[in-house]
Amino acid sequence: MVSLWFWIVAAMVATYVVLDGFDLGAGAIYLIAAKTNEERRRVLRAIGPVWDGNEVWLLAAGGILYFAFPQLYASSFSGFYLPLTIVLWLLILRGIGIEFRAHIETPIWQDFFDVVFSVSSILLAVFFGAALGNVVRGVPLDVTGYFFEPLWTNFKLGPQTGILDWYTVLTGVMALVTLTAHGSYYVALKTDADLGRRARGFALLCWPLQFFLTCISMVATYFIRPEIMGNYERHPIGLLIPIVVILSLAMMLWANPKGKEKLAFIASSLYLAFMLVGAAFALYPVVLPARDHQYDLTIYNTAASIHGLSVGLVWWTLSAMLAVGYFVFVYRMFRGKVQLGEGHY
Amino acid sequence: MGLALLIVVLKTIGLRRNDPVYHEAARFWGRIFGINFVLGVVTGIPMEFQFGTNWSHFSRFAGGVIGQTLGMEGMFAFFLESAFLGLFLYGEKRLSARAHWLSAVAVFVGSWLSGYFIIATDAFMQHPVGYFTASDGSLQLSGFWDFVLNPWAGWQYAHNMSGAAITGSFIMTAVGAFYLLSGKWTTHGRIFVKAGVIVGCVFSVLQIFPTGDRQGKMVSDQQPVTLAAMEGLFQGQTGAPLVIVGQPDEKEGKIDNPIEVPGMLSMLTYKRWNANVRGLDAFPRQDWPDNIPLLYYSYHIMVGLGTFFVAVMVVSLFLLWRGRLFNARWMLWILMLAAPFPYIANTAGWMTAELGRQPWLVYGLMRTEAGYSTMVSAGNGMFTLLGFMGIYMVLGILGLFLIRREIENGPLAGTGFASNLHPEVK
Repeated sequence: MVSLWFWIVAAMVATYVVLDGFDLGAGAIYLIAAKTNEERRRVLRAIGPVWDGNEVWLLAAGGILYFAFPQLYASSFSGFYLPLTIVLWLLILRGIGIEFRAHIETPIWQDFFDVVFSVSSILLAVFFGAALGNVVRGVPLDVTGYFFEPLWTNFKLGPQTGILDWYTVLTGVMALVTLTAHGSYYVALKTDADLGRRARGFALLCWPLQFFLTCISMVATYFIRPEIMGNYERHPIGLLIPIVVILSLAMMLWANPKGKEKLAFIASSLYLAFMLVGAAFALYPVVLPARDHQYDLTIYNTAASIHGLSVGLVWWTLSAMLAVGYFVFVYRMFRGKVQLGEGHY
Repeated sequence: MGLALLIVVLKTIGLRRNDPVYHEAARFWGRIFGINFVLGVVTGIPMEFQFGTNWSHFSRFAGGVIGQTLGMEGMFAFFLESAFLGLFLYGEKRLSARAHWLSAVAVFVGSWLSGYFIIATDAFMQHPVGYFTASDGSLQLSGFWDFVLNPWAGWQYAHNMSGAAITGSFIMTAVGAFYLLSGKWTTHGRIFVKAGVIVGCVFSVLQIFPTGDRQGKMVSDQQPVTLAAMEGLFQGQTGAPLVIVGQPDEKEGKIDNPIEVPGMLSMLTYKRWNANVRGLDAFPRQDWPDNIPLLYYSYHIMVGLGTFFVAVMVVSLFLLWRGRLFNARWMLWILMLAAPFPYIANTAGWMTAELGRQPWLVYGLMRTEAGYSTMVSAGNGMFTLLGFMGIYMVLGILGLFLIRREIENGPLAGTGFASNLHPEVK
């Protein structure tokens, strides 16, 4: 039961990253790829109807994390107090950047919100990457089951780590590159003409970087936490995960220049999902490793009661089916290339 | 949330009568709702996070129970609301009129559902039920339905949602009154005033009876010390008076300059004029709410404004019925100027509920001082508090600015949200 909830949370986080990832990435290339007002409106129309729904996956994953692993929620959210607060500010700014831009059609107003939207998207991508890096690297948990991390200490991996050190900066940059590519594939899929071409060009540019950073980060992860390979040695079936990652990288490289936008986007989604699943597989059953392993938070010492989890499984299944239904419906309503001249943006 | 209800009402009338004016009205309020909704979404996200960031000991203690409702809120309400808001705002051309109406209903249902899950969470903090204490000291769920259908939640929810409906209707009425007084868009202004007054009158009455009355009864049964502090009753007595106006003096334990109705508090609480009501003196000092004057004033402001709402709405409805409201400029002035009061009343109501629960975080089980994140230093807390205050202030100014602009542009303007809803009704 507890393991099941571990994978449910992991799957929800992966869904969030795949979905909100593309609108974050679209925000990252927004200022450069979309040059005219008309092109910018196209990008916003491509993500406008769905960004809020995508972001709900983050909220829902947070809610489910709270429900299933209250102790983990309590420790991690208070320990990552500062970065989480900054993420919240960025999410606020990004939301109003997207939504308030269209209200007044003057260049000054719109330029301002364009920059707000794009810069907050870029910073969010970096922060999410760094957050994942923190979870993989481990945090200074002590016997109370709590910790607190400042934003940075000396960028080394000492006993008192900061949110940002060389490793998490690496994962942050990697997340930015990966999500930029992901967003570029999405924009290429949803738009045409110059804008679509430029988005494809961006994706092409990102690919070598992405490949390079994927390799580096795998080596770096093994270097700082060799024990991370344990689960893969015990359950060799897990080795399928890196294989999917590599195949999806190859598929991106092949599909993008051929103009197979949908395939490239699917490959990028697979890449993101399996990178995260790979991390979750390596960590399991630990949910938040401590720098000193005797204080690791695992699914066993953080979960809610079995009764609560069983009850939750009933309503979770029901609501997840409903949610997937809404998403399929909404994405079908807005399928195809973006056309301007209908409604907002 | 109140506006979501009113938009559904307007859209339903528009669909039924096939009247373009109602569609324009729904579109206009849809635009304002859109601005509000964006602000609500972005300011709402921090609240869920703060359970963990700022109240981690509390989350660890009670998460096994309230995680249920918070998880369900995300899964059932947020998905529904956000998915269909996108359709409501962007899907006008791709949907039929009926499907578009349905998406408005879905947004309404989603937002009211979300309200219930939050109230049920708060109700657990006010009146914990359906839990057991596990071996590690944390609370865990024992009865799902006991917890979700907490009797406290039912009345609190009704009271809260009625407050939301009052807010929506006062705003709609005020904009209508503004249009009528300035002689612009009077056709729409009349619809706004009419819809606002009818809905507002119904909910103003419901707000006091039965929802407010039942809520007061629950407080007097379950949290008698809170009731004594709210009413400023320092000494318990038989035939306790109801203080209408007066300033509590905590040091001396009395009310200055009181205007009281003798025996009324006994009557309201126990339905007998000479019943004995326990005062603050019946409870140990450490269980008194921390800030008695603030609690007292919050409660009195809420009740005073609630009474004012009933008076305004009943008189307006009478004038409407006699067909004189649209020409009664004095009444339109009152309706226009009353717009901010429901916001004050709602805030005061929440302050009453939360200050009244002090010094408890979970009533009778965990004190507030035991629940906050001790590992977050005061300096870090201050940094983020100031940051949030700054951002929220900017958001507030932006929101007011954009809404004022919509009101100025009027119901026929074609810019912004939902500008070409229903192309078939032009």
